[in-house]
Amino acid sequence: MITFMNNSDSEEEPCNERTSLMSAESPPVPSYQDGLQASEAGEAQAHRKRRAGSSRSPNNIAGGEMSGSGVPVRESALENEEEELTLKYGAKHVIMLFVPVTLCMIVVVATIKSVRFYTEKNGQLIYTPFSEDTPSVGQRLLNSVLNTIIMISVIIVMTVFLVLLYKYRCYKFIHGWLILSSLMLLFLFTYIYLGEVLKTYNVAMDYPTLFLVIWNFGAVGMICIHWKGPLQLQQAYLIMISALMALVFIKYLPEWSAWVILGAISIYDLMAVLCPKGPLRMLVETAQERNEPIFPALIYSSAMMWTVGMAKPETASRGPSQQTWDAAEEGRDHHRSPSHTDSQMSETRSPVPSRPVTVEELEEEERGVKLGLGDFIFYSVLVGKAAATASGDWNTTLACFVAILIGLCLTLLLLAVFKKALPALPISITFGLIFYFSTDNIVRPFMDTLASHQLYI
Amino acid sequence: PAFGLFLFTIARDPLRIIILIAGAFFWLVSLLLSSLIWFIAVKASDPRDERLQKGLLIFGVMFSVLLQEAFRFLYYKLLRKAIEGLVALSEDGCSPISIQQMAYVAGVGFGLMSGAFSMINLLADALGPGTVGIHGDSQLYFLTSAFMTMVLIFLHTFWGILFFHGCEHRRWWEIMAVVVMHLTVSGSSFCNPLYVGSLVPSYLLMAAAAAWAYLLSGGSAQNLRRFLLCKS
Repeated sequence: MITFMNNSDSEEEPCNERTSLMSAESPPVPSYQDGLQASEAGEAQAHRKRRAGSSRSPNNIAGGEMSGSGVPVRESALENEEEELTLKYGAKHVIMLFVPVTLCMIVVVATIKSVRFYTEKNGQLIYTPFSEDTPSVGQRLLNSVLNTIIMISVIIVMTVFLVLLYKYRCYKFIHGWLILSSLMLLFLFTYIYLGEVLKTYNVAMDYPTLFLVIWNFGAVGMICIHWKGPLQLQQAYLIMISALMALVFIKYLPEWSAWVILGAISIYDLMAVLCPKGPLRMLVETAQERNEPIFPALIYSSAMMWTVGMAKPETASRGPSQQTWDAAEEGRDHHRSPSHTDSQMSETRSPVPSRPVTVEELEEEERGVKLGLGDFIFYSVLVGKAAATASGDWNTTLACFVAILIGLCLTLLLLAVFKKALPALPISITFGLIFYFSTDNIVRPFMDTLASHQLYI
Repeated sequence: PAFGLFLFTIARDPLRIIILIAGAFFWLVSLLLSSLIWFIAVKASDPRDERLQKGLLIFGVMFSVLLQEAFRFLYYKLLRKAIEGLVALSEDGCSPISIQQMAYVAGVGFGLMSGAFSMINLLADALGPGTVGIHGDSQLYFLTSAFMTMVLIFLHTFWGILFFHGCEHRRWWEIMAVVVMHLTVSGSSFCNPLYVGSLVPSYLLMAAAAAWAYLLSGGSAQNLRRFLLCKS
C-alpha cells in the first residue's frame, strides 16, 4: 500500500482533470428562467449540504483512520508521479465522461427520431424573436445573427448576475433560484415529454397514474440533485434533465439560429473561462479561494460525489483529500483489494481525522472529472439537430457523435496538461459543426451513390 | 459479430475505447477527404454522362481506399508517439498497452466506422415498409449487404494488425499487401449485384488475412488446438 501513495499532499492542485464549463449558462429559456436560478440555488445548496455533510462524516471514522494512517506515507511527495497519474487514470476519467455524454445523446436522438413533437415548429422562444421564415437568404442570415446576439447577451447577463450573487454570498437567493428552476424542469418538462411519448406510442394513461409517476420522479429528482443520493441515480437524473433541456432547445430554436448560437456559445465559453475577467473564471477562482465546491447542482460529476461539481480544476489540494484521491488511484491501478476498497469507502464519507470539515469537502470534490451540465446540453443539441434536420440521417448523426467524443478527449487531454479549468465546449462543438456540415453536404451524396451501386470502400 | 468483439475485448479497458474512437475518427476524416475529392470531381464534370459518372465513382472508390490506408499509417504514427509517452510515464517502464493491442483496436475502430456508415442507413430503411428488390434488383440486397459489411469490418481489423506489424518491422511488402487487398475487395464489390464475384473472394481474402494476422500475433496451430480442446 505504501508504494502507491504517491501524489501526496502537494499543495498544488491535484492532477485531476478539470474541465470547466459553462454549466451556469443553460441559457435561460422562458420557462427555464427560474431554472437557471434554481440550478444555481441548487449549487449553493449543495454547497451548503457539503458543510452539513461534513458533520455526517463521523460514521466512517474507522475508514478515515485507515486512510489517516496512509497520510504520513503519502507525505512523501512524489510530484513527478503526479504527471503519471494524470495520464494513467486519465483514460478512465475520459470514459467516465464518455458514458454519460453518450447516454444523453442517445436519449435525445432516440426521442427526436421517434417523437414527432420535437421536430415540429411551434413557435419560438422569446429569446429568439426574429423569425426565420423570411424570403431571402440574406434576411434569414441576418435574423439568425440577431437572434444569436440576443441569446448570448442574455446568457452573459445571467452569468454575470450569478457571479455577482456568488461573490456577495447571496447563497439563499441562488439556492432558491436553482431549486425553482430544477423544480420547473423536473415537473413541467417531464410532463410534456411523457405526454408526447405516450401520444406517439398510443399508450393511454390516466391522470392519477400520471400524477403519481411524475410526482415520484420529480420528488426523487429534487432530492437526488440537491441533496444526497446514490451517485448513479444522481447522474441519471442529471442526464435526464440535460436531455430534456436539449430537446426543448431543439424544438424551439429556429434552424440557422441554432447553428450560429452553437458557434457563438463555444466562442463565448472560450472567452468566459480563459480571459482573466471572464465571469466563469472569476466564479472558479472565487470558489477556490473560499474552498467551496462550485455550484454543484449544475455540474455532472463522474466520481463518487454526492454533489455535482463544475468541470474545473479541483480545488486546491489538501493532503487529506489527496489521500483519498490516491486511494482511488490505488484501488484503480493496483488492485490491492481490501485496503483500497476501504480507503475508497472512506473517501466518500470520512475525512481524515485531522481536518474533518475541509477534508470531506475536498474529498468529495476530488475524484473524477466534472463536466458542466451546459456542456451536456449543447452536445446533445448538436447531435439532436443533426438527427432532426440532416437529410443524411444516421450517417451525419454518427459523424457528429464521434466528432464530439474526440473533442471531449482532446479537451480532457489539455486539461491534464494545463491543470486548470478549461472550457469543454469549443473544441467539441467546432469538430461537431465541421463534421456536420461536411458530412451532410459532401459525404452524403458520395455514400448514397456508393450504396445504390452497392459498392464498398 | 463486430459489436460482440467490441463488447468482449474492448469495453473493459478505457484506453482501448479511446483508441477505438480515435480510430473511427481517423477513418471518418479519410472518408471526408475522399468524398470531398469525389464531390469536386463530380461537380466539375458533366452530370449527364453515365459512363463518366461511373468512371468517376470508381476513381472515387479507389482514391478513398488509398486515403484510408494513408490515414491508417498516420494513425500508426500517432499511436507510436502515444506509446512512447505512455511508457515514459508509467511506473514500471512498460506501456499499459502493447502496439499489437493498439493495432487490433485501431483495426476494429476503422472497421466499425466503415461498417456503420455502410449499414446504418440500410438498417433504418429496413425497419420501414417496403419490398426488397422490387425494381428487378436482387432480392438478397439486405442479406448480402449485411454479409459484405461484416466481412469488411473483420478485414479492417485484420488489416490493422497486419499493417501495424508491417510498419513496426519495416516490411514494406506487408503494407503493400494490405493496400492491394483492400483495393481488391473494394474492386470486387464492383461486381455487385453478381454476388458471387464479390462475396466469395472477400471471404477468402478474409480467411487468409485472419490466418496471417493470427500467425503474426504469435499464435500457431498448436495454440489453436489447445484452445479449441480447452486444455490449459
